[in-house]
Amino acid sequence: MRPRQLLRHHLFWPIAALVLLLVLNTVSNPSFLEIRLQNGQLYGSLVDILRNGAPTLLIAVGMTLVIATRGIDLSVGAVAAIAGAVACTWIASGGSAATAVLLALGACVLLGLWNGFLVSVLGIQPIIATLVLMTAGRGAAMLVTEGQIITVDDPLYHQIGAGFLVLPIAVLVSLGVLVGVALLTRGTALGMLVESVGVNPRASLLAGVRSRTIIWTVYVFAGLCAGVAGLMISSNVNAADANNAGLWIEMDAILAVVIGGTSLAGGRYSLAGTLVGALVIQTLTTTVYSIGVAPNAALVFKAVVVIAVCLLQSPRTSQVFGVRRKAGPRPSRSEEVTAA
Amino acid sequence: MSVMDVRSRQVRVPRRFLPVAATFAVFVLTFGAGSLRYEGFASPQVLTNLFVDNAFLIVLAVGMTFVILTGGIDLSVGAVAALSTMIAAATLEAGWPPLVSVAAVLLTGTCLGLLMGLVIHHFEVQPFIVTLAGMFLARGLCFLISVESVSITDPAFRAAATGTLTPVEGVTLTYSVLIALAVVLVAAHVLHRTRFGRTVYAVGGSEASARLMGLPTGRVKVGVYAVSGFCSALGGLLFSLYMLSGYGLHAVGMELDVIAAVVVGGTLLSGGVGYVAGSVAGVLVLGTVQTLISFEGTLSSWWTRIVVGVLLLVFVVFQRAVVRRAR
Repeated sequence: MRPRQLLRHHLFWPIAALVLLLVLNTVSNPSFLEIRLQNGQLYGSLVDILRNGAPTLLIAVGMTLVIATRGIDLSVGAVAAIAGAVACTWIASGGSAATAVLLALGACVLLGLWNGFLVSVLGIQPIIATLVLMTAGRGAAMLVTEGQIITVDDPLYHQIGAGFLVLPIAVLVSLGVLVGVALLTRGTALGMLVESVGVNPRASLLAGVRSRTIIWTVYVFAGLCAGVAGLMISSNVNAADANNAGLWIEMDAILAVVIGGTSLAGGRYSLAGTLVGALVIQTLTTTVYSIGVAPNAALVFKAVVVIAVCLLQSPRTSQVFGVRRKAGPRPSRSEEVTAA
Repeated sequence: MSVMDVRSRQVRVPRRFLPVAATFAVFVLTFGAGSLRYEGFASPQVLTNLFVDNAFLIVLAVGMTFVILTGGIDLSVGAVAALSTMIAAATLEAGWPPLVSVAAVLLTGTCLGLLMGLVIHHFEVQPFIVTLAGMFLARGLCFLISVESVSITDPAFRAAATGTLTPVEGVTLTYSVLIALAVVLVAAHVLHRTRFGRTVYAVGGSEASARLMGLPTGRVKVGVYAVSGFCSALGGLLFSLYMLSGYGLHAVGMELDVIAAVVVGGTLLSGGVGYVAGSVAGVLVLGTVQTLISFEGTLSSWWTRIVVGVLLLVFVVFQRAVVRRAR
């Protein structure tokens, strides 16, 4: 590949950022890249990054499809908190882990249906429709846990977030969903239909695409992903914290999607980009912690990386560098999702 | 100017006021319900306290209204407000004169907003992402200044915070309320009586049309984020008067309350439709809900969030119905 083509690739800058972060880590801590096999389980900093990033990655996969339809789902953090709250409350009151998981995921599907209903049937802007649940959701989670932090002691439930099958189970689940979605959407016409809805829902409808069903489905899927992520978070610590579980994870997920080159204007998406984006976010967090910056001040670095990657990807910057790239559809305000 | 007056009169068809009127109606209804249910609720002081306790929210909502009117969004307001409390507290602790400290806060907030606006406009990055990064940046900067909460001991600041006015017998209010009301009046003037304000509405209605009409859309798009930055800084100052401390975890999640207040106040997120008066009404509705829940006593605090969510839903669906009928 010629350097010019390489620079043109939509994943060039995100991958460059990721490599830079990994190099930085290796320089400051030579044992960073070490991975060792112990009792049939892999250990090492890289595995930790994957494991801590698994919930964000999973939510980001769901978010990618939502954003591809020119939507956004702000409620995923609250949905994750609700999933943890439902599961832990059920287990704490004597239920089994399996039914707890089913109950929690069932609740999340309902919440996804709700979001999808507001967006696709009532035609409310996605940012507002999901803001409703983002605001009320944590209150609802508090309602389930009655304001307490519910702790549980169930070895089976603990496996979801902390179990190992060579790799952490959470990582396997997230990567499995990523690959599954990639095969399903890119192996069939589904991905193209999702993108066509994102470009213009009305035109897609006239062309015979079931815009409403597709939009509805992606919100349900995002809710389901958020639910599984919420179970990972709560099972990892054996507790449900309605206030803090998955706090700001929607922002991390959206950032991961955007860093991966998926436009918030909808109409195109890249699952590989989302994977890279989630890894960049998590590696950055780990890097900042390991060089000893206060956790909260780490936000400054996150801001800098986000701005840098977004600026480098912006069409305007490409023009300045004389590199032309297929630009995404420009955001237009007049066309709301009115799949009626 | 006379031409503008005529135009602004034409714009005011009653239907445009419908969402704002509905918000005021809900405010009157919730307040009325509280008055019937609780003794001592319907006092002028409870009404005044809505302003006293939410002065900073009103100022933030005014700034957010400008941004949302252009069809943008500013997620950084809560974080910039927190940064303002931090800068105010830290500079006062370092012995700066209060006025210099206030100027530094306002300048920082405005510059942050300006910077975000420039990135949004010139690099064509979505407002959502840029202001999200701005939110991270401002919160992070707070903790770079100090991880701990810094209390404000400056006598002038304390006097401004605790000083009260008694315009009518039995009603006391703070200086913050006066500042907030002044901000609302100035904002209403700017939006309805200046070229900048007209262009804000024009950009929100249709940016392409506004540009073709020769309006300075770029300057206005950058400008509204500067306005929002300034309002966030001022709101942060009022918040520091309210809390008498600077802390990086102040005002966490406040951007959601502000957006909710603006939306409940009848401003459309797609831009072009809305009034600052509506946003004030939105803040008052949220404040009343909070007061009602604290009066009830037995209801837990999380009910506030659920009720706010439900209110948001009702208003959004209502707006949707109004817009559909208009078509």
